Amino acid sequence: MERIADFFRWLNDAHGVNLSIFYDAFDRSRFLEGLWTTVELSTICTALSLAIGVLGAWLQGARFGLVRQLVQAYIQFFRNTPPLVQLFFFYFAIGNELPHVLDEHGMLVPPISNVGWAILSLSLFAGAFNVEIFRAGIEAVPRAMVEAAESLGYSRLGIYWHVLLPLAFRISLPALNNNLVNLVKTTTLAYAIAVPELLYAAAQIWSEVLNVREMMNVLLVTYVALIAVLVAIMARWERALRIPGYDP
Amino acid sequence: MLGMFTRAALACVLLAGSLAAPARAEDTLDKIKQRGTIVVGVKNDYRPWGFVDPAGKIVGMEIDLAQDVATRLGVKLELIPVTGANRMEFLNQGRIDLILATMGDTPERRKVVGMIEPNYYAGATNVLAPKSAQLKQWTDLKGRKVCAVQGAYYNRRVTQLYGPELVVFPAVPEAVSALQGGNCVGFLFDDTLIVSTLSAGDPKWRDYEMPLVSEDPQAWAMGVKLDDLQAPFGMFLKKLSIDWHKAGTLVELEKKWGIKPSPFLQEMHDKYKGG
Repeated sequence: MERIADFFRWLNDAHGVNLSIFYDAFDRSRFLEGLWTTVELSTICTALSLAIGVLGAWLQGARFGLVRQLVQAYIQFFRNTPPLVQLFFFYFAIGNELPHVLDEHGMLVPPISNVGWAILSLSLFAGAFNVEIFRAGIEAVPRAMVEAAESLGYSRLGIYWHVLLPLAFRISLPALNNNLVNLVKTTTLAYAIAVPELLYAAAQIWSEVLNVREMMNVLLVTYVALIAVLVAIMARWERALRIPGYDP
Repeated sequence: MLGMFTRAALACVLLAGSLAAPARAEDTLDKIKQRGTIVVGVKNDYRPWGFVDPAGKIVGMEIDLAQDVATRLGVKLELIPVTGANRMEFLNQGRIDLILATMGDTPERRKVVGMIEPNYYAGATNVLAPKSAQLKQWTDLKGRKVCAVQGAYYNRRVTQLYGPELVVFPAVPEAVSALQGGNCVGFLFDDTLIVSTLSAGDPKWRDYEMPLVSEDPQAWAMGVKLDDLQAPFGMFLKKLSIDWHKAGTLVELEKKWGIKPSPFLQEMHDKYKGG
């Protein structure tokens, strides 16, 4: 460990390539915390946005027109506004207006923290796309499948859960893949409301240590690696879900 | 799968090429005179040093200084708003000729930009906090959320010494908005700016105070490219800065912009006036 630190110290002194995250404990811990926050944020938002997608796609087929319209309004709102604007809107416009609560120090604070808003806002953003992705999958399932299930006496929910969704999910996976990759990259926007994720940590480091070029490279490499892991997981999942012989 | 990692590795190799330092030459002073314009990086969110007035123009004490630099060179002034996080990059990329943007003069920064001496200002660190927070000393910040602005030299020091949970925003308006929304217990900032904010009499700051003892006095400097520091451009600015202290320009400007009189400026004025 000390060897590695010495090497990067030498790299800075001799060649001016300042990778402080490898020799400065303070910078390293900030960077690793940032990395962890990004992983956490991505995982939670992925899970929530998938849940929103499944629920939304089901409600899109609801019998009540009002419910369908509400889902449509939600999709339009989140799909047609920039995610950064949504984050600002939630954190600064809504967050500051909500009734404040007392914290452990007896101060009045907003009920939802910046991390909370980031999770909420990013999940809703990615969720809106997921609803449409699942809808496309559902519409690609042959009508005869639903009719067959109906004649077997399945309920509406039963058809959705046991017949439509499993088939639609497989069809949706490539598009879903894209959207989740996008979601992981969109977590960098949380930087704007001071969520200490990877970009935030890197920006703190480069504005103090003044190694912008080095940190930009570190950032790109880290994101390439993070997304590679996600894509690998999704590819495995896609293979595991494959039904031999079924090709809609 | 292997294919993807190989490709990723290839991308990294390509990136590594961008790590090589860019070459530079030629005298900046000549370049400015030829161009007929000096491009100065200033703040536009830092009342009263550099901020946007109701007419949308950038004004402030540092803008007056930048104007003086341009006037004495006989060239036009072009202002480019910068932030704490990008000003040194802008300078070294050649987008601006000079930094006049509340930049603290630190040893780390001296490795990257040329700091013009004598310094034209000195500030210290404090927090702007609601009175209800009842902060008494710096150690009260431990574990509390404290708003700050990215790129400020005191962020690191205060974090390491007192362990607050810093919530750092890209610029001042966001940090102030977060403070007023109750997202942090205080806003870590320059004490002179806090004083001028509080004394401006804006009712929205009525329940706020500057509760701590200012710490870590820090001189501010104009910044030029390292190569320019000993070149004609750097020498010109150095002479100009001495002039400002000698003639009392800085003390007057401070008064004009309603900044709390800084002992540093008075001291420097007396020193150069005598010499």
